[in-house]
Amino acid sequence: MKTKKVAYLGVFLALALILSYVESLIPFYFGIPGVKLGLTNLVVVVMLYCTGTKEAFGISMMRIVLAGFLFGNMFSILYSLAGGILSFLIMYLLKKIGKLNVVSVSVAGGISHNIGQLVVAAVVVETYNIFYYMPVLMIAGVLTGFLIGILGQEFIRRFQILNKTQK
Amino acid sequence: MRLLNKKRIGKNDIVFIGGLLAIAVFLFVLMQFVRGGSGAYVEVTVDGEVYGTYALAENQTVEIKKDGKVTNVLSIRDGKADMTDADCPDLLCVHQRAISKEDETIVCLPNKVVVKIIKAKEKNNIDSIAG
Ligand SMILES: [Zn+2]
Repeated sequence: MKTKKVAYLGVFLALALILSYVESLIPFYFGIPGVKLGLTNLVVVVMLYCTGTKEAFGISMMRIVLAGFLFGNMFSILYSLAGGILSFLIMYLLKKIGKLNVVSVSVAGGISHNIGQLVVAAVVVETYNIFYYMPVLMIAGVLTGFLIGILGQEFIRRFQILNKTQK
Repeated sequence: MRLLNKKRIGKNDIVFIGGLLAIAVFLFVLMQFVRGGSGAYVEVTVDGEVYGTYALAENQTVEIKKDGKVTNVLSIRDGKADMTDADCPDLLCVHQRAISKEDETIVCLPNKVVVKIIKAKEKNNIDSIAG
């Protein structure tokens, strides 16, 4: 079981890094430098349900640091950390409350990911004027979160069925 | 491990996501009302301090300097402000579209430069054009 778990975590980390790379290639621009779509939330959502909280958080943090060195810079690490930690907390809490399905958890993660990045941007440039982008970032967060949630749900379902049949 | 419900999207999810979307749309509409029309001036801030305020009506090129070195070049043409050159590594500020409406911004994060459209010069920054 232990080696199997390590192998799973390795696959998740690799998947998260690939998504980070894809994201760094997308010329999607919110109007604020550095703000990203948050595609890697897919891995975090799936891990929250499939491998547990600690593992999900660990892989998420490792992904941010590694992706920052590989495809980004100091600012992108700062952004990702703010977005990653805030969205992780929100998703963890919503999942724990247990009233909502994966889609909602993922949408909340998408929005909080973008809000976290916006706050960092506001602090770095010392202007609160960019909160003007908040509604756009919220809508973008709902859309990406929804797509990731739908995709993640299918993934989680299969993962759980696979785990069940193997026991 | 708790298995997922058969249902993929429940009533709670629709209310939750719908509510969030409604808030976003409400904020968006609210900001359209709060926001004025075209602005008249461009305010440049570096490190959170006002660097200079320039009229949009005048075609001009503003060199933004930090420690005697030009870090960003702002061009004002036909009532629009555009970042045309920068020494930052990502050049995201240069790729941003030209701005002309009140409260629109161009941000250069690495150089901490913010270019913002304002309606009128504020009294305290009239003479703050620094070198
Ligand atoms: Zn720049």
